[in-house]
Amino acid sequence: MCLGIPAQIQSIDDPERFNVTVAVNGVSRLANAACIWPTGDPQQLVGQWAVIHVGFALGLLSEAEAQETLAALNEIGGLEHELADLAGREPA
Amino acid sequence: MKFVDEFRDPAAVKAALAQIESALTQVPASRKPLQIMEVCGGHTHAIFKFALGQLLPDDIEFVHGPGCPVCVLPRGRIDDAITLAEEHGVILCSYGDALRVPGDKGSLQDAKSRGADIRVVYSPLDALALAREYPNKQVAFFALGFETTAPATALTLKQAALDGVENFSVLCHHITIGPPLRAILDDPGIRIDGFIGPGHVSMITGEQVYDFIAEDYAKPLVIAGFEPLDLLQALAMVVKQIAAAEARVENQYRRAVTSVGNRIAQQAMGEVFMPAPESDWRGLGAIPESGLMLSEAFRPYDAEARFGIGRTSVAEPEGCGCARVLRGQLKPHQCPLFGTICKPQMPVGALMVSSEGACAAYYQYRAGV
Repeated sequence: MCLGIPAQIQSIDDPERFNVTVAVNGVSRLANAACIWPTGDPQQLVGQWAVIHVGFALGLLSEAEAQETLAALNEIGGLEHELADLAGREPA
Repeated sequence: MKFVDEFRDPAAVKAALAQIESALTQVPASRKPLQIMEVCGGHTHAIFKFALGQLLPDDIEFVHGPGCPVCVLPRGRIDDAITLAEEHGVILCSYGDALRVPGDKGSLQDAKSRGADIRVVYSPLDALALAREYPNKQVAFFALGFETTAPATALTLKQAALDGVENFSVLCHHITIGPPLRAILDDPGIRIDGFIGPGHVSMITGEQVYDFIAEDYAKPLVIAGFEPLDLLQALAMVVKQIAAAEARVENQYRRAVTSVGNRIAQQAMGEVFMPAPESDWRGLGAIPESGLMLSEAFRPYDAEARFGIGRTSVAEPEGCGCARVLRGQLKPHQCPLFGTICKPQMPVGALMVSSEGACAAYYQYRAGV
């Protein structure tokens, strides 16, 4: 619950509630993007990468940083756990 | 792992180790070994998993800090959550991490086996969705964690209020990172020379939340990312400051943490929460203004008020050394219960429950320390 995982924003689903769909490694879910919501057109979020913590996007990062972070998560053995959390299932 | 070549970036690991050794030569012998507290449970886990103790000189000793929210969760709060589920017929939603933490009435997992409706959720938003799905049931979210998870609770409550989801409430046990560090620094029985600060909490809080450590206590703190390399680089920065007799807050994790943190998250927290007069910490006792309670505007969503739950205070089990381990006064294996009646499969103390707890990490990787 503390680590979080980078995921790419796929679509803006409910701008009133700041809801977006994010995806990483084939896992996607609805997330709340209030903390990174832009002042302009929210569509600019689509395609960007964000750190997702317990269903909330808490910070943006570049694609290179996201890939680097995913590799680092894999190194510490946390990737599967975070993906399972994101997907709402028990880790394998 | 104990060979440098096994790391993702061996050259960078070697460079950080060389910097640490070089800086240590400038530290007076009377100050050695240096006691460095890694605040975050993720860092504790990484230290054991990657056997950093074996790579580092003997002049560095890690003291495992209070930054694993599951490990500092007091037994009484587990009992409160169980009371909600068992005596008030509430659907209690919790992060999976808290399920096995023992209270006096057993763990949430035990209560679930007894028939209580306890659900594991990934996000407080999932608990809110359950409340919408079951409008005739009361759904409570067991809100725990530091500033990393507090914004999620705050924004979920704002959404509940916006949508008028009245059967949703929160059992709030959010805690904040600054006050326990002050309590540790004020304890005359604990000597800490420098801190490695948590990365993801700092993403929300920014750097200023630690200023008092440098200004009031003249100790260095360096915020670090979650990789072992991040940790070693941050440690090198801490030791260099000690060698130069400096005390500043520095940030090794610039790729994620800014000096001001996340303003939107801070605003949401400010709107939904207020400091609780005091909060209980397993191992550290009651610490003033170290936790959050719901603000007046959001008090209708407070499960404690809604169901008349008082905060239960429960003593630690006899012989449990968690309190002394959390203060750096005892190594996990020196606890009389360690590995005998307290094991990850049947934990007595909270530090054995979470993989980020010092005892569980020590148990899992003990060859490497």
